[in-house]
Amino acid sequence: MTAPFSWIRPEPHGIHVVPADIWVDPSRAVPRALVTHGHADHARGGHGETIATPATLAIMKLRYATSDGAVPVAYGESIALGGGVSATFLPAGHVLGSAQILLEHAGERVIITGDYKRAPDPTCAPFEVTPCDIFITEATFGLPVFTHPPIGEEIGKLLDARRENPDACILVGAYALGKAQRVIAELRAAGHTDTIWLHGAMEAMCRLYEEHGVALGDLRLVSDATKDEMRGAIVVAPPSALNDRWSRRLPDPITAMASGWMRVRARARQRGVELPLVISDHADWNELTRTIAQVNPQETWITHGREEALLRWCELSQRRARALALVGYEDEDD
Amino acid sequence: MEEFAALLDALVYTTSRNRKLALIAAYLRQAPDPDRGWALAGLTEGLDFPAVKSSTVRNLMMERVDPVLWALSRDFVGDTAETASLLWPEPEDAAAQPPLTLAEVVERLAALTRATAPKELPLLFDRMDAKGRYALIKLATGGMRVGVSARLAKTAFALAFDVSVEEVEEYWHALTPPYTELFQWAADGGPAPDLAGVPRFRPFMLAHPLEDGEVDLADYAAEWKWDGIRVQLVRAGGETRVYSRSGDDISASFPEMLTVLPMDAVLDGELLVRGSAQGGEAGGAASFNALQQRLGRKTVSGKMLKEAPAFVRLYDVLLLDGIDWREHPWKSRRATLEGLMPRLPASHFDLSQLVEAEDFAALAAIRDTARDEAIEGLMLKHRESPYVAGRKVALWYKWKRDPLLVDCVVMYAQRGSGKRSSFHSDFTFGCWDGDPDAGAELLPVGKAYTGFTDAELKQLDKFVRQNTLNRFGPVREVKRELVFEVAFDSVHTSKRHKSGLAMRFPRIHRIRWDKPAHEADRIEALRALVKD
Repeated sequence: MTAPFSWIRPEPHGIHVVPADIWVDPSRAVPRALVTHGHADHARGGHGETIATPATLAIMKLRYATSDGAVPVAYGESIALGGGVSATFLPAGHVLGSAQILLEHAGERVIITGDYKRAPDPTCAPFEVTPCDIFITEATFGLPVFTHPPIGEEIGKLLDARRENPDACILVGAYALGKAQRVIAELRAAGHTDTIWLHGAMEAMCRLYEEHGVALGDLRLVSDATKDEMRGAIVVAPPSALNDRWSRRLPDPITAMASGWMRVRARARQRGVELPLVISDHADWNELTRTIAQVNPQETWITHGREEALLRWCELSQRRARALALVGYEDEDD
Repeated sequence: MEEFAALLDALVYTTSRNRKLALIAAYLRQAPDPDRGWALAGLTEGLDFPAVKSSTVRNLMMERVDPVLWALSRDFVGDTAETASLLWPEPEDAAAQPPLTLAEVVERLAALTRATAPKELPLLFDRMDAKGRYALIKLATGGMRVGVSARLAKTAFALAFDVSVEEVEEYWHALTPPYTELFQWAADGGPAPDLAGVPRFRPFMLAHPLEDGEVDLADYAAEWKWDGIRVQLVRAGGETRVYSRSGDDISASFPEMLTVLPMDAVLDGELLVRGSAQGGEAGGAASFNALQQRLGRKTVSGKMLKEAPAFVRLYDVLLLDGIDWREHPWKSRRATLEGLMPRLPASHFDLSQLVEAEDFAALAAIRDTARDEAIEGLMLKHRESPYVAGRKVALWYKWKRDPLLVDCVVMYAQRGSGKRSSFHSDFTFGCWDGDPDAGAELLPVGKAYTGFTDAELKQLDKFVRQNTLNRFGPVREVKRELVFEVAFDSVHTSKRHKSGLAMRFPRIHRIRWDKPAHEADRIEALRALVKD
């Protein structure tokens, strides 16, 4: 008789599902991997077999040119992994294709959330609260100072700035997978129908989103535009391009950044951001704590982020919890 | 208050100086009296509410938020006001009461006592949103950190009302918030403030660093750059005041200087305390270390006055015997100053001597010996230069000694504040107390948080996170692996560090990713450089 949950082991390079010898979001190449979503800190090429949602596999094919050994599993579907372990993919609400992975073995249920959020997002399926014994959660914004306002308010700020500066352009830094498409989709929902200009690094991912049924409206590349065409326009670029030479081609850009870190003034200043937009694809403090309370697991494991504070919250609300020391998860640009 | 909070926020996110000027000027033009005067005072740290300290705010938060969650949040955000503004529980009926004006907020803050603050502050917090609370706490506790110097604020004021900034500066320090007369004069076309008989501050003349290149000593006179604090001594209407470089009135810290100037005058010089390290004509001065205990005091004990008596080493004269000497060339002012010396008590004044050298190379040789006397380097002053406010090219130069360098090993790191918030950027480093290959230990010798680029800051933060051995609250102990080449001006004995040494102005000169920790310097190397 083995000890409870000894079949699942957090290791520095990922979570190891021992009976099936399969890894979840490993940070190095392994023979078999389950991948929650397409961000580079969770998905990487070089695995022998990659089990993920069809959208995540499409993203991985585009970003890491990996298609060998791809095993698609749709939301709600289960797959037997061997060793008596099954995996079910459930929507995580983080980005297109993102999934929580429910692992079941000998009547024990473990959920690995990857990254997730609870706020509505027109570009991906919403998070599903699912009962389990062990809930393995992220904690990127696991401090009570992090509360993300409703996205409509932040999009409103962006549109106000555009209206007030008709001769300038608003350069929005947004993570190329997920954040950029969400900002564009929310702008469309707010009635902004004009062309939105893209940095070249955004183009392919936006097309992929559209192929998956997310309408993004009229998008064009900055490299095809004249300076005057971009006056009064909104330009979306990866955060790394904000203070890069690339942005010099823009007419008097006002630098905006869509990120949960923008809640803290110093973080905006460090990046030279003039228009901070508190928009995140991660759960904020209230979403994290509410989700743990709703899922109500026997035990909560915390993978990455500000794990100390979330551990403390679990302690205060008398919930068993532990922090996992995983390496390689980065969250600087969200 | 909403407008002021919005101004503060806009300033936070604006890096361009011109854009900051425009924002402040626009605010000053549209805001009513006396709000705009209070805003100006708030931006330039001209307000003091002694009943509200950072600890007052922290204690209020501890009653409402778990102390551990508060500490983790504060550590990450790097700013008490911002953390509190974000964590304050949103009131349910915030909109029920009319918004407060800035003047009302100032009035309420001024009326607080230590006893009433814990009850009254929450009532104010509940009437604002997070942005308003941030502005309120910053206003109440000082330390705006929005990149607005007093000089910038004065320039914005001048821009707003199309008046000269020099004139603004002269009136400014003689008036008190909310600067009603200043606004009447500049904004409403009223008469200039009457300041006859007021011992007011005159803007200092400042020096550019002499990077490389030479000056001709036929055109420039050389003086030692003394290691004290720059002061302006002003007597008018029988009252004497001491002003610091920023124009702050520091008279209370130096009462012995308030009764010794026998005539109305404005004099520029270095404030020092008696000692033997920094030579002068009427006895020496102590090192900066000794002066430090006299700084920032509101009252001074008799014992301190006796043990560390202050005096001023004069190097310029701005006003004397009813004559404004500022338009006159340096050589005439120098002659006037030399002529004045016999009229001043030698107990409290001496003259900053000129350093004579045949040519620039000879002067450089003299400069290289300067550290032995704890002197920072040389000043070079154009003999024809008038006394002009601020830093004008080619009139005055400061020619500092090259810094001392020592290789230290990083021992502890802490997250920084302000610009460096949420990155591990404050480092404690040490030197070996013997042969590191024979089991020697590191002893901390200093702390520094400047000298690296933003990109290096990120690398350092990553190093700290990946090499943490222990955590003591916000402090992380790291593996003894990384070497900093630390630059500093001088080193003194100190009880603060276990090594018994303290560096002056330590900063990180280079990060030696390549250098093994055991090759860092030993304590003896540093101890050999001590000059007390």
